[in-house]
Amino acid sequence: MVMKVHGGVASTATMRVFATLYEKDLEFEFVPVDLRAGEHKKEPFLALNPFGQVPAFEDGDLKLFESRAITRYIAHAYADKGTPLVCEGKPMATVGVWMEVEAHQFDTFASKLQWELVYKPMFGMAMDAAVVEENEPKLAKVLDVYEARLSQSKYLGCDCFTLADLHHLPTLTNLMGTPLKKLFDARPKVSAWVADIMARPAWAKVLAMRSQK
Amino acid sequence: MVMKVHGSVLSTAAMRVLIALNEKGLEFEFVPVDMRAGEHKKEHFLALNPFGQVPAFEDGDLKLFESRAITQYIAHVYEDKGTPLVCEGKPMATVVVWMEVEAHQFDPVGSKLQWELLLKPMFGMATDAAVVEENEAKLAKVLDIYEARLSQSKYLGCDCFTLADLHHLPILTNLMGTHVKKLFDARPKVSAWVADIMARPALAKVLAMRNQQ
Repeated sequence: MVMKVHGGVASTATMRVFATLYEKDLEFEFVPVDLRAGEHKKEPFLALNPFGQVPAFEDGDLKLFESRAITRYIAHAYADKGTPLVCEGKPMATVGVWMEVEAHQFDTFASKLQWELVYKPMFGMAMDAAVVEENEPKLAKVLDVYEARLSQSKYLGCDCFTLADLHHLPTLTNLMGTPLKKLFDARPKVSAWVADIMARPAWAKVLAMRSQK
Repeated sequence: MVMKVHGSVLSTAAMRVLIALNEKGLEFEFVPVDMRAGEHKKEHFLALNPFGQVPAFEDGDLKLFESRAITQYIAHVYEDKGTPLVCEGKPMATVVVWMEVEAHQFDPVGSKLQWELLLKPMFGMATDAAVVEENEAKLAKVLDIYEARLSQSKYLGCDCFTLADLHHLPILTNLMGTHVKKLFDARPKVSAWVADIMARPALAKVLAMRNQQ
């Protein structure tokens, strides 16, 4: 039985899972969830994720939700396929640290900014300039820490591309399509890292899914 | 060389790490960080955690930050010591799902409530009743899902106590000392789970550390 991803092609969380599946060259079935119709807040979707959020994931009898739990499962269960997503001989714990950084330092501000600058316009809602003004400097401070880190390490977790980098891709891509691109461009190591990870073929495949819709 | 935890006994994030070390019965040195004096924002601490937050952790040459990366390191490296923190024969992926749930569903809401109800009064600031009301409603919805989950599973991740439960303890302990307690008490499975995990000796040891300060 093939793995299933239930979600939306424009959902950053769903895209995180697609990126991992493509990095690992794995077959999967995409089951679109009609977010506009509120399908994710109804049964039967709630049986897959009681929090009513995309994505949800099935591998045989195993049912998972929370994108970063799903990506970790895929990376571990299919460790021998496709991109390794680990650094041989380097502490996995350090990759774990920078995965937490993405989730708790980067995503906190980046999500708010992408909501204001990307999603609200998409839904015909007015941007709240105060929210952008408040969160832009906070994101800038996070990127200062990234600049220092990337001066010591080729990728965030270690010298290889791992989930610590991958998890950034969906929200990063969104922000790079807004004026906030300047925050990333202004920092040389960050800018090079962004260009590198956004150029990955697996990511191009995820974006191609979005263009088809 | 003994492991070191840099932090404050009042920090919920530092408590997460202290509880995990106590569950494992491990020796460690606690290095207090004077947060009132802003020690965590100064250079020698920033070398341990460039985001200027407690806790930071050292095990020999390995330096880590982000409490949930540290606890996972401890649980993995010292898996043969003390409390197992895993479920034999059960999918680790499901434990990881519920670890993500704590981080992304419970913690944002719980953190806001403890800030308003406990920390702001401590700092002589006024509680914002609207924020409390909004987040109580959100917490109630999360706890409804926990109630359903705990009707199917003895603990959140599986039938054994794991990090998926442990990570809740610091904020949970704080909230149970406020009127928000009623949300937990009103849900029988949640209430039993709370009583069970709050009765663990490792938590008592960490609270004793807090009471000594």
